[in-house]
Amino acid sequence: MTPESPKPSRVYFFSTCLIDSFYPEAGLAAIRLIEREGVRVIFPRGQSCCGQPAYNSGFPEEARTVARRQIRTFHEEIPIVVPSGSCAGMMKHHYPTLFAGAAEQAEAERFAARVFEWSEFMVRVLGVRLEDRGQPLKITWHTSCHALREMRVIEDSKSLIRQLSNVELVELERERECCGFGGTFAVKHPAISGAMVYDKVEDILATGAPRVIAGDCGCLLNITGAIAHRELAVSGQHLAEFIWERIHDGA
Amino acid sequence: MSETPRDRILARLRNVPRPELPRPPSVPPPTDAPARGERAARLKSRMEAVRAEVHLVPSEAWLERLKEILTVRKVATLLYAPQTAIGEALQHAWETDAAGSPELVAYAGPVETFKERLFAVEAAVTAAAGAVADTGALILRPTAEEPRLMSLVPPIHIAVLRAEEIFASLDDAMRAGNWPADMPTNMLLISGPSKTADIELILAFGVHGPKELIVLVLE
Amino acid sequence: MTGPESFEQSAERALADDQLRKNFAFAMGSFIVKRKAVFSDEAETEQLRARGQAIKQRALSRLPELLEELEANCTRNGIRVHWAETPAVANRIVLDIVNAHSATGVIKGKSMVSEEMHLNGYLAAHGVEPIETDLGEFIIQLNGETPSHIIVPAIHKNKSQIAHIFHEKLPGTPYTEEVTELNAIARRTLRRRFYEAAVGVSGVNFAVAETGTLCLVENEGNGRMCTTLPAVHIAVMGLEKVVEKLEDLPPLLRLLTGSATGQLVTTYVNLITSPRRPGEKDGPQEVHLVILDNGRSRIYADPQLRQTLQCVRCGTCLNHCPVYTRIGGHAYGFVYPGPIGQILNPQVEGLEKAAPLITASSLCGACEEVCPVKIPITALLRRLRDESYSRAPTSAVPGHGCRSSLAERLAWQGWVLVNTRPWLNRMMNAVLGAIGDFLPPVGPLERWMRFREEPKFAGRSLHRRLKKKGVADE
Repeated sequence: MTPESPKPSRVYFFSTCLIDSFYPEAGLAAIRLIEREGVRVIFPRGQSCCGQPAYNSGFPEEARTVARRQIRTFHEEIPIVVPSGSCAGMMKHHYPTLFAGAAEQAEAERFAARVFEWSEFMVRVLGVRLEDRGQPLKITWHTSCHALREMRVIEDSKSLIRQLSNVELVELERERECCGFGGTFAVKHPAISGAMVYDKVEDILATGAPRVIAGDCGCLLNITGAIAHRELAVSGQHLAEFIWERIHDGA
Repeated sequence: MSETPRDRILARLRNVPRPELPRPPSVPPPTDAPARGERAARLKSRMEAVRAEVHLVPSEAWLERLKEILTVRKVATLLYAPQTAIGEALQHAWETDAAGSPELVAYAGPVETFKERLFAVEAAVTAAAGAVADTGALILRPTAEEPRLMSLVPPIHIAVLRAEEIFASLDDAMRAGNWPADMPTNMLLISGPSKTADIELILAFGVHGPKELIVLVLE
Repeated sequence: MTGPESFEQSAERALADDQLRKNFAFAMGSFIVKRKAVFSDEAETEQLRARGQAIKQRALSRLPELLEELEANCTRNGIRVHWAETPAVANRIVLDIVNAHSATGVIKGKSMVSEEMHLNGYLAAHGVEPIETDLGEFIIQLNGETPSHIIVPAIHKNKSQIAHIFHEKLPGTPYTEEVTELNAIARRTLRRRFYEAAVGVSGVNFAVAETGTLCLVENEGNGRMCTTLPAVHIAVMGLEKVVEKLEDLPPLLRLLTGSATGQLVTTYVNLITSPRRPGEKDGPQEVHLVILDNGRSRIYADPQLRQTLQCVRCGTCLNHCPVYTRIGGHAYGFVYPGPIGQILNPQVEGLEKAAPLITASSLCGACEEVCPVKIPITALLRRLRDESYSRAPTSAVPGHGCRSSLAERLAWQGWVLVNTRPWLNRMMNAVLGAIGDFLPPVGPLERWMRFREEPKFAGRSLHRRLKKKGVADE
């Protein structure tokens, strides 16, 4: 299965552990938006984490154990839609590396080939059309490093936003710069991470937008946490949740 | 058997499984090579962007242009290489009429006996062995007759280049000249006057090499 | 290296220095723009980078043969080749040459490998004055500092700071912030040194095995002064700098120059093939090449880590790194700052000393996106992180396992348990959904909360919401 291929009748949904624990509304919105296109969504309850935290921290064996679990859980040869460029990147680009030379290598590669980041899936496979029912709103968009550099879906995400006719997208001046989350990086090097997210928030403030939209909940946790710490009047939302609200005349 | 550092280093490097990788294919000569006039124009534009001064002159007029350049700058001493085509042309021209022109100073002996004079002359003129248009650089092949410091020490360097020796790229120049077969003691690419941006990335010209580079391209 | 101060402390100090932050933010921003301008065609740039990678990987695959070929050709040309396994040996070789000519000082072109050798300190301790002639190196030498960037060593200083250094450290120099005047002062001061020097020391950008040629690039002209005027020229290089053929130079020069300074070509490209030949009037009578190992042969032995040696020292990874931009070069506490330093220093100096460097990255990948020779920096960082915990009996990396701790192992075992047992996962989420807001701010949570509000666990996880909704399916 490749992008720009015919619409599948069923897909898997991988929530990501951050959406599961912190942003379930975003997961629900992402699922509903897929279902709205007539595609059945399957959410295997055995799913958990993509394994990236262990992989990035230098614990590849532990990452493999958890990754194996996901590969076995999402066993049917149907697409796997992931509402995060970071987790999608892990599964698509790093699972083959994680299992290179191992017994599961072929299985991991077949799995990786079925992974789609959510906005990529909405645009390139479903060709979704959105009608904006919301009030005029200025927003800015933050892209995760993995969505930008690994999954390369930033234009897909932005094209969804641009379909919303009452939404004005003001781009960040330093759009390509990391927000400083980096998983364990944020707690291993708090001052450096803190400086990075501070500057990201400054960049957001400079747009004058009252809301920042992102496709990755790691970034969102980081950025909204920093905004709240400074008691600023900017809110943050996952792209799927934002779109769901807009097409139902939400905020 | 006494093992040297060299032996040990090479042994460590050899003692490792290594992949057999092919040589990256050579860059083929371009099919749409820019014409000579275009190469000269490209060279001029690139070099002027970094504050070199480039004059396109008809071959027979280069001496006259050189004299003008020297007069405008009130250059009093001009270093040259006597046993070269340029050197002979200069000597002849100065013999005929040196009025208002700088004194010719020959780089006639080893630098050890010449250093003070070398650091005092105001300008030097050398040939260029060619040039590279795409990046904008002269190729210099210093020789026994035309030593390397000529293009480094005096604050003004004037280079004389034939237009037909401007190559489109460095690959072309290396290929045409079969460089690997005969590398001189020192070969130089020079793209402009010396410069630095070490202070706040602010560009400043004329650091340790020449403050001015003037190129006469003979068509 | 910074003394007893930890990396975290150095980083925090740098982060609190507003002037430093401003200087670096401005400079790195400029470099990013300049690089983009000179590599504006994406497709062409990707092709060129792939070529750079192929050239370096091919050269590395033949490293011992190429070093022998380089030595043979250099020797045939009259360049004397020396081999040094450690900086101590390399320094001794340099000193012996200096002493053989009874020189009391050397003029130096910029060379990162000479920093790695701590050559200046060694020479000074043996009564030989090292005189830095690159403007940035000249400035920091006056101020007793080390370089903070691979290409622009004094970039952490602004005009007024430099004006103060010149005024205070160069006798008779008035205070001026005019850049042209500052440059003129440097030119005048160093010209006398060029004139008098008996020995010049330089680095090497590329050493061509095919012809026995040393290739050096620069903008100021000080490099040519150091390699042409004195009677003796000593070039020092890491053994990974050898390239196979002369025709490899054009793409490598384009990549190095464009990545380092956003130029199409440097002012000077200097190709040195021999000392002064009979009949020639200038140039050094003796040219020496010192080839330094210092751990590179050990790095070489590991096929993945070997990629570290592809580096051409352009500095562009520094320029694009959000961490480097904020903490500057000195905070790293090692010779090489930035992403390349984070993978190189630990492999050379050992993980015990350099371990904090390998975690100080969010793995954003901005560096490897621009690396002209496509070093997979984030993959190498992950590898080094793995090595730092690894309890394998042997490893390519000195100090492996130095971070291995029971606590960390248990934490990750716990993480595996939660993520492989769905019932445990659901239970954790339910518990955290209930008490998450009341977790005591200790450990990682405390560190998170220094700059952010604590994350709010959802009352009911997505798993639970979907179970209720009926979407869930095995």
